[in-house]
Amino acid sequence: MIRIKGLCKDFGTHRVLNGITTEIKKGEVVVVIGPSGSGKSTFLRCMNLLEMPTEGEIIVEGNNITDPKADINKYRTKLGMVFQQFNLFPHKTVIENIMVSPIMVKKIAKEDAYKKAVSLLNMVGLAEKENAYPASLSGGQQQRIAIARALAMEPDVMLFDEPTSALDPEMVGEVLSVMKDLANAGMTMVIVSHEMGFAREVGDRILFMDQGEILEEGCPEELFTRPQHVRTKEFLSKVL
Amino acid sequence: MDFSFAGQYMPMFFNGIKLTLIISVTSIGLATAVGILVYLLKTSSLAIGKAYPFRMVAFAFIEVMRGTPVLLQVLVAYVLVSMSPYSASLPSNMAAMIASIVAISLNSSVYIAEIVRAGIQSVPRGQMEAARSLGMPHFMAMREIIMPQAIKNILPAIGNEFVAVIKGSSMAYVLGIAELTFSAKVVQGATYKGLEPLLISAMFYLVLTFSLGRLIGWVEGRMKASDSH
Repeated sequence: MIRIKGLCKDFGTHRVLNGITTEIKKGEVVVVIGPSGSGKSTFLRCMNLLEMPTEGEIIVEGNNITDPKADINKYRTKLGMVFQQFNLFPHKTVIENIMVSPIMVKKIAKEDAYKKAVSLLNMVGLAEKENAYPASLSGGQQQRIAIARALAMEPDVMLFDEPTSALDPEMVGEVLSVMKDLANAGMTMVIVSHEMGFAREVGDRILFMDQGEILEEGCPEELFTRPQHVRTKEFLSKVL
Repeated sequence: MDFSFAGQYMPMFFNGIKLTLIISVTSIGLATAVGILVYLLKTSSLAIGKAYPFRMVAFAFIEVMRGTPVLLQVLVAYVLVSMSPYSASLPSNMAAMIASIVAISLNSSVYIAEIVRAGIQSVPRGQMEAARSLGMPHFMAMREIIMPQAIKNILPAIGNEFVAVIKGSSMAYVLGIAELTFSAKVVQGATYKGLEPLLISAMFYLVLTFSLGRLIGWVEGRMKASDSH
C-alpha cells in the first residue's frame, strides 16, 4: 500500500532519519517504538509530507509522492493523521471540526457530511458532544474527536503520532479502545506509541527505531520476547 | 475660561471633524490593505538564488517608514504628489489631501503588517498541520482555520493602531488642510483665545478615539461570544 525506500531527513546538518526502508501493507497495524529522539515521529510526519524528506521515495499506488509534481493535497486526503496534541480547531464545534474537511476539500453535500459525522461521533462514543467546543472537552474526548475528524475523510491509512502521550493516565484507555476497534475493523494503521501493552496486543508488526534507523522489526510476539539487537534488548528492559 | 464663542464657531469644528474623519477612515482602509501586502511580501518564499527579493523590499520599506518622522513623510509625500503632471488639474488642496492620506496610511501599514504577523504566528503550528493533514490547500487552511483564530489576536492591537491613525491625521495640519487641529488654530486666531479652542478640538478627538475603542471592544466581545467555553 505504501512503500518507503531509503527515506532520509536532515534538520540542518543533523540527520534525523537515515535510510528508512519498509512497506505498509493493506490492513496491517504497524507500531513504531523506540527511544525519544530516535526519529519515530519524524518518520510518521514524513509519510504525509508534513516534513519534506531530504532523500528517498514514498511510493503509493505506483506514484512517488515525494516528486515535486505530485498532488500532495489529494494524497493527504487518503491519510488520516492523529496528533499528540489533538490539534482540534478551537473556533469550531465538535461537529464542525469533523465536517469541515469533507465539505471544503471533498465537496461532499452538507447533509451527507453531517450524517457521516454523527455516525463517527457514535463510533467514538461522543454523540452528545456534537455542539460542544473543544475547550470544554477532556483530553481523551478531544483525541477521540480528532480520530473521528481524520476518519471523516475516509482515509486508506491512519497515522497516529503518540496519540496518548499528552493524556492523563485515566484517559489513555478510552483512546486506545477506539483505536483497537479501528484495527479490528481492518483499518491500515501506523502508530508511534509508548504503550507497549497496546503494541503487543494490537500490532501486526513492530518497528524498533533508534538513531534514525529501523534496527529491528517483526511480529510483537517475536520482538518483545526474543529481541535480537542489543539496542532493542536495552530499550525493552527499560520500558517493559 | 470662556467658551461663549463655541456656538458661533461650531460649524468650523464640525468641518474639521469631517476632514479628520475622511483622512482617518481612508487611511485606515488603505493602511490595512497595504499592511497585509507588506506582510505577504515580508513572508514571501520567492527566492532568486539565495536572495528573497520581496522580503528585501518589505524590509527596506519597513525600516524607512519606522525610522523617519511621520511629519517628514507627509512633507515628502506632498512634494512628490505636487511633482506629478496631474497635480495642476486637481482642485485646490486635493494634492495636500492625497499626500496626507498616502503618507499616513503607508506609515501605519508597516505597523499593521507587524500586527498581522504576530497575530498569525500566535496560532499554534499544529493548527496548520492538522488542516493540511486533512487535505486542505495552504490558502484554504489560512482562510478557514488560521485567520479566524488569528483575528482575535489581531483585533485589539489593530484597534490601537486605528486610534493612532486618527491622532496622526493631525499631521495634515502642516499641509494646510482644515482638519480638527487646524480648525482649533483658526478659531484661536479669530477669537484671541489661546486654550479654549484647543480644548474643544481635544474633546472631539477624544469622542472619536473613545467611540472607536468601544466599537472594537464590542466586536471583540461578539467574537468571544461566538465560541463560548
